[in-house]
Amino acid sequence: MNSNADPYKTSNKHLAPRPGFVLDVDRTSPPILFHHGDQFKLEKLPAGRSRVIYPPEPLEGLADPEGAIRHALANPIGDSEPLAALLRPDMKLTIAFDDVSLPLPPMRRPDIRQRIIEAVLDLAAQAGVDDVHLIAALAIHRRMTEDELRHAVGDRVYDAFAPSGRLYNHDAEDPDGMVVLGETPHGEDVQFSRRAAESDLVVYVNINIVSMDGGHKSTATGLSGYTSLRHHHNVHTMRNSTSFMDQKNSALHASNWRMGEVIRDAGVKIFQIETTINNNTFGRTGPLSVLQKREWEWNAKDRASFIAMQKGLEVLPSKARRKIFSSWQAPYEMTSIQAGEVEAVHEITTANVFKQQSVAVEGQTDILTMGLPYICPYNVNSIMNPILVMCLGLGYFFNMYRGKPLVREGGVLIMSHPTPWEFHPVHHPSYIDFFEEVLADTTDPIEIERKYEKKYAEDEWYIHLYRNSYAYHGVHPFYMWYWGSHALQHLGRVIVVGGDPAAVQRMGFQSASTLQDALEMASDVVGPQATITHVKNPPIFMSDVT
Amino acid sequence: MKALQFKRNLPRYAAARIAGSFTPGRGGTVGPLRLTNLEAPEMPGPDWVQVRPRLSGICGSDLATIDGRSARYFEPLVSFPFVPGHEVVGDLTDGTRVVLEPVLGCVSRNLDPTCPSCAAGHLGNCQHTTFGNLEPGIQTGSCHDTGGGWATAFAAHPSQLHPVADALSDEEAVMIEPTACGVHAALKAQGAATIAVLGAGTLGLVTIAALRAQNPELTILATARYPHQRRLAAELGADHVVAPQEIRRAARRHTGSRAISRSTDDGAVDRLSGGVDAVVDCVGSSESITDGLAITRPGGRIVLVGMPSQVSLELTPLWHREIQLIGAYTYGTETAADGTPVRTFDLAADLVSTADLGQLVSAVYPLNRYQDALEHAAGAGRRGAVKIAFDLRSEKERDQL
Ligand SMILES: [Zn+2]
Ligand SMILES: [Zn+2]
Repeated sequence: MNSNADPYKTSNKHLAPRPGFVLDVDRTSPPILFHHGDQFKLEKLPAGRSRVIYPPEPLEGLADPEGAIRHALANPIGDSEPLAALLRPDMKLTIAFDDVSLPLPPMRRPDIRQRIIEAVLDLAAQAGVDDVHLIAALAIHRRMTEDELRHAVGDRVYDAFAPSGRLYNHDAEDPDGMVVLGETPHGEDVQFSRRAAESDLVVYVNINIVSMDGGHKSTATGLSGYTSLRHHHNVHTMRNSTSFMDQKNSALHASNWRMGEVIRDAGVKIFQIETTINNNTFGRTGPLSVLQKREWEWNAKDRASFIAMQKGLEVLPSKARRKIFSSWQAPYEMTSIQAGEVEAVHEITTANVFKQQSVAVEGQTDILTMGLPYICPYNVNSIMNPILVMCLGLGYFFNMYRGKPLVREGGVLIMSHPTPWEFHPVHHPSYIDFFEEVLADTTDPIEIERKYEKKYAEDEWYIHLYRNSYAYHGVHPFYMWYWGSHALQHLGRVIVVGGDPAAVQRMGFQSASTLQDALEMASDVVGPQATITHVKNPPIFMSDVT
Repeated sequence: MKALQFKRNLPRYAAARIAGSFTPGRGGTVGPLRLTNLEAPEMPGPDWVQVRPRLSGICGSDLATIDGRSARYFEPLVSFPFVPGHEVVGDLTDGTRVVLEPVLGCVSRNLDPTCPSCAAGHLGNCQHTTFGNLEPGIQTGSCHDTGGGWATAFAAHPSQLHPVADALSDEEAVMIEPTACGVHAALKAQGAATIAVLGAGTLGLVTIAALRAQNPELTILATARYPHQRRLAAELGADHVVAPQEIRRAARRHTGSRAISRSTDDGAVDRLSGGVDAVVDCVGSSESITDGLAITRPGGRIVLVGMPSQVSLELTPLWHREIQLIGAYTYGTETAADGTPVRTFDLAADLVSTADLGQLVSAVYPLNRYQDALEHAAGAGRRGAVKIAFDLRSEKERDQL
């Protein structure tokens, strides 16, 4: 490490970032920008009873990411030796890394994973390690394409490892590739990648975009399969996780931690490397920077560029809009990196996530409004189908809180998204069947789980497509639906603004053509003078609700 | 007597085809069908009797004729002018209530000896439909000499008539003929454990009821376009009802097959690796038969009940997967489980009452509103209906005959 430079110094190029902020809407408040899939809307919220929560401005990134990485590997946290000391010539080393679902949108090159993996491989080479595998820890997500892998790990790493079969996607359905390491005291099977289990060291390379990621979840979920996942990706766990983002209150988190202990007790040594990024999602300058500004601070140029963008998008066919947006790569900067023992590392990571994301909010609201963007973790380079709309709104955005949900029990959630009845047939084949068959029968998560989950999870065609094509596992749409089950139980009504009415109805939601209509429909449930809170998301933030 | 008569009139026939292709059922307005006053038909033979219809259904094949869509195939099998109507419950002069089994086989044509099919009780397969005492016509309703059900009276041979039990309503009785078609088709699909029924119009629904009655263990998938069809299909025994464009995926799920696609990047389901044991196609379009070929397992069977007219088909799957494609036309005599012969009509009469198929009669019209009736029948699915029938019970002429 270069002792002259402090890798933790931030770049300090910008004015001090402002924290998140709650705006009370009055008559002079400008219309608020709503994301609406691959389009945008400007909406006027009722004065006197509405508020808008703005995300904190992007924190400064680390000035010297490479230096920070080297420093973290050499100065581990918790009960761990430096990485270099853990490497020896005759060992089996497995480097596992987060898959294409992180971060959102994808980051500009070089990806943090590439920077870290190159640093780890440099140390391994110095130590003479020659048995190295790199595994995309995708659990039951779809396999990453060559382009996506190249983007994550860089061309140099890809070309050195992929051709010889030492860089690959995790395959949770490979009968020879998976082992069961044991069972937690709660009777949960802990299934794990055989290669990882048989390695002398597993190095996990993470990018933390929400506080739910990382920790034992990285390996206990990322390198496992349906046999393990079914123990925590189920309706019971979801409903008992009051906020997935708050580890103390997350049954999902607790289950992953129990599994982490079994993995550790089975002798699997994990060197965890976690990173956080700022929420510089749309850039401080450039074509989308207006999305990151607060409306009353828009200048004439911002307004003009927003209107031009909105008009330009309106005339494009949805395919063309999708293409424009899926090519957007965010100029995120790394705000922290910590390596070493899993739990100690994760504690610091979580604190760093909150440092960027948390916004203090006082009291719950009757109506929560949100504009859903074009992307969620499961449609990168793909289509945001209706089930993913549900998952993003009810599973993710609803759950971005600590304390209590932003919307009161029995309140109304209004989300704005075109919700087309459209699926990516290669990435989401079982979603099509889920939408056609399962949701046509029932939208009740318990019923869905009981009647249909096993059949889809074990369907040999879906398994074939997961293993050999680029399909999410057959059970994945179930997990997406379960993800929203806590919100479904909590809310009095869900209304989708500007969605395909048939698709919205299939999910058991109500559709409204305008926000005004939606607010009126909501008043049937929460009364005419209900309070309204709008989460201006993305960039991602988290409400600390008191 | 009052009758709807269909004349051979080529310009009108063409007009019907154009109007019918534009608005189904509209062929009735401009085509060769006219409401007229006719002499009651003379009895074509000594044993023949007069039937006064009570209800007379409108069948898909009637609509095809009226809209000028039926195949050239039928040209030698009809005699003009004729009165349509072969789904009939009516009264004899002595007051007996009867349903008509409309096939005009050797017996009603006074042919002795009969053809082998008739001898075996398979009237629908009669080989002499253009010969004997009668003008050509495969059924009452397409033969000049007999008249048909869309009139206040017509002539029938006693062998064509089945007395109706008092317990059956007229609505139930008029469903016996179409139900017999479904029973016959269901029997042709026997032995399957998983069946897909394509289409949930009258034929599809009665076929589902027949399949369910035959085998409580059978897994029945069905396609239905409209909400009321979905509901009825499920009520009558379908285990899973899906939209027509969803059948390939549904059949894949329920048979645990894999899908085979021409291209790996578009995710389309071109056909299944396995599939259902049998398909009963109650639509008869090239799309439905193609779907059938995509979802039938190798060695399986497709029973064609819907009148196909002219279709264009890729038959490679039929050849490669050794699928049997068979027709199911009308009814006749079936073999009961114990090996004894039983008339399809008797099986149908039982099914109509046990499965409450009278509920499928959605609306009835007097003869003079025939244009409305035909348009309603042609748009039945869209308009939330199943079977449309003429109601002749209150036609004045009926009692003056
Ligand atoms: Zn018929
Ligand atoms: Zn014969």
